[in-house]
Amino acid sequence: MELLSGGEMVARALEDEGVEFIFGYPGGAVLHIYDALHKNCHIPHILVRHEQAATHAADGYTRSTGRTGVVLVTSGPGATNAITGIATAYMDSIPMVVLSGQVQSHLIGEDAFQETDMVGISRPIVKHSFMVKCAEDIPVMIKKAFHIAASGRPGPVVIDIPKDITRPDEKFEYKYPDSVKLRSYSPSTRGHTGQIKKAVRALVAAKRPVIYAGGGVIQGGGSELLTELARKLNYPVTNTLMGLGCFPATDERFIGMLGMHGFYEANMAMHESDVILGIGVRFDDRVTNTLNKFCPDATIIHVDIDPTSISKTIAADIPIVGPVDSVLTDMLNQVDSLREKEEVEPDAAAIERWWQRINEWRANHGLWNEPQYSQDSEQIKPQQVIETLYQVTKGEAYVTSDVGQHQMFAAQYYRFDEPRRWINSGGLGTMGFGFPAAMGVKLAHPDRDVVCITGEGSIQMNIQEMSTCTQYDIPVVIINMNNGYLGMVKQWQDMQYEGRHSQSTYQDSLPDFVKLAEAYGHVGMRVDTLQELEPALRKALSMKDKLVFMDIYVDPAEHVYPMQIAPNGSMADMWLSKTERT
Amino acid sequence: MRRILSLLMENEPGALSRVVGLFAQRGYNIDSLNVAETEDVTLSRLTLTTHGDDRKIEQITKQLNKLVDVVKVVDLTEGAHIERDLMLVKVRASGSQREEIKRTTDIFRGQVIDVGATLYTIQLLGTRDKLDAFLKAVGEAQIIEVVRTGVSGIARGEKVLSL
Ligand SMILES: Cc1ncc(C[n+]2csc(CCOP(=O)(O)OP(=O)(O)O)c2C)c(N)n1
Ligand SMILES: [Mg+2]
Repeated sequence: MELLSGGEMVARALEDEGVEFIFGYPGGAVLHIYDALHKNCHIPHILVRHEQAATHAADGYTRSTGRTGVVLVTSGPGATNAITGIATAYMDSIPMVVLSGQVQSHLIGEDAFQETDMVGISRPIVKHSFMVKCAEDIPVMIKKAFHIAASGRPGPVVIDIPKDITRPDEKFEYKYPDSVKLRSYSPSTRGHTGQIKKAVRALVAAKRPVIYAGGGVIQGGGSELLTELARKLNYPVTNTLMGLGCFPATDERFIGMLGMHGFYEANMAMHESDVILGIGVRFDDRVTNTLNKFCPDATIIHVDIDPTSISKTIAADIPIVGPVDSVLTDMLNQVDSLREKEEVEPDAAAIERWWQRINEWRANHGLWNEPQYSQDSEQIKPQQVIETLYQVTKGEAYVTSDVGQHQMFAAQYYRFDEPRRWINSGGLGTMGFGFPAAMGVKLAHPDRDVVCITGEGSIQMNIQEMSTCTQYDIPVVIINMNNGYLGMVKQWQDMQYEGRHSQSTYQDSLPDFVKLAEAYGHVGMRVDTLQELEPALRKALSMKDKLVFMDIYVDPAEHVYPMQIAPNGSMADMWLSKTERT
Repeated sequence: MRRILSLLMENEPGALSRVVGLFAQRGYNIDSLNVAETEDVTLSRLTLTTHGDDRKIEQITKQLNKLVDVVKVVDLTEGAHIERDLMLVKVRASGSQREEIKRTTDIFRGQVIDVGATLYTIQLLGTRDKLDAFLKAVGEAQIIEVVRTGVSGIARGEKVLSL
């Protein structure tokens, strides 16, 4: 058997695991590992400019591919800088393995230089964590970490590695295991047949059904099956912010995103529905609005791999714990067998009436029906930027986003027909996510258009990554929807604080983004008018080998609508414009 | 409602902090907690008492099960079970009080396990209610120090919590 040092084992185990990229940043505690990477490891390492960006880049890589991302950081500040990205991944159930250096074992607990209790600090935001006690454990621990991160409800796993464990002069036998078993961890592999039968009966008997599908469908590889089920039944589908793309947005059965900034027709349909199939979703507060007013007539079927998601906020009438792909397969079979054996199938007339009602909602206030924003001003409306981008990219781009109004406009107006194309921080809402995530996506898909939709607030939270893009030639397109404000904050201040804009603008201190991009060796473009918009976007997207930073000035007065009315509102209580409400 | 949850978890550093952290993080209550190794040194058994409505207890149980270190969880209060809490208590005992306290201790089937000039140390085993009742009987004024292990419990009959 081969003899390797702890540091070499880390490098080799990552290779044996088939890791494609390491996103990281060196420092004292991980120098042995970095040396091992340098000497004999073929995995490309992407040196970011801030550890937070390493986590987001790994995250973007993962969201766009389904493969677990890997982050390597040093102890202390390196580890704490990674925390926001770990929390971001945790909230959206993204598999990630984070290797953090730690001070030498004998110094732990002594407040040594760059010592932080990483296992402790990260505990509430990881799926699991390990502290390596001896080098021999490294291969199994790394295998376990990848297994835990990617299986069941995925999530980030931290491995904290004291420096002495990786020292080059002590070698141990190395063998990477093919698989690992954990007696205390066995995620569900199938849904309960009886429950699935019950669910399908309820679903088929529905007169006003809605399929409410989320990120879990994408992660669980259930998009195609879900699409098949919805088409077979001819039922409307709404998606959460995290689920966009799990059902084709251009299918007429798609009724848009739901929730706080969801589509009018989606929120109305949910509120009036009699049966809801919630799948890969968690009925979170940005969807449900006030819990005791949530969908008063609906029987709730809830499918999720994670039992804790079920009946946490909204009690499920028919809970099903299981992987979405197997449950959907069972459901499809069940729909067929009900039809064949018992001649039970959806009530076509009732479903037709339901569609008529939905189509009325669509016609009245649907965002895609006709513009729901005023087009009277000279200024570019943020919605127009997304609509134009959608046309120019033919809906085929990978779109990452930051957090704010621009994110909601992107979610509303870019129509995702495929899973893993829309990449945003839904659960944690992390400003600064979009750009580094786009780097990860572009590295995974070098031949595809990768666009980061951001705001002048968010982009400045990780703008240093322009340097990383120079170093590794990562030609993403940054669309900075520059409204000169922390727009989403401003919107709330307009609506709830009588327009007192406390600390939500920067008083003419924004950089010249064009020059800034150029300073890093990239292309900058400034766009002020609607006439320039489309040609500029076309031009930017045609420069395949250049990072293009588009600084697009948009109307700062624009608000995101619909917006659910809280507190105490139901899903159906929405502002539809500054003056109109349901 | 009060519940006794008993769980087996990996006997590994960090496992306990994950359980305790879960309660803090999600705003669940821990009324008592005890933990020790089992006959299998790779496993620890942790027993805790908590309270909440059925929904809450269900969430707590599910969240505990979700922890990677936790091997098994049972709610002992769902079936017939035996619970015990061990209490050591120092009470003032001088003059005529000595006899009185000894008598109370006997009634509760406790033992005086240490004797000082002016105090007794008493050991008492039982359910939480019994220990509470003893403290009440002795009277607050007499009590100097109380230490309790927290509830541990086991199912009655054939039911066992094992791998
Ligand atoms: C790290 C972080 N800090 C603060 C917030 C709160 N927040 C949400 S949206 C927003 C404003 C974002 O501004 P910008 O990026 O310019 O986007 P806009 O809303 O203007 O489109 C803020 C401050 C957050 N989500 N993330
Ligand atoms: Mg802004």
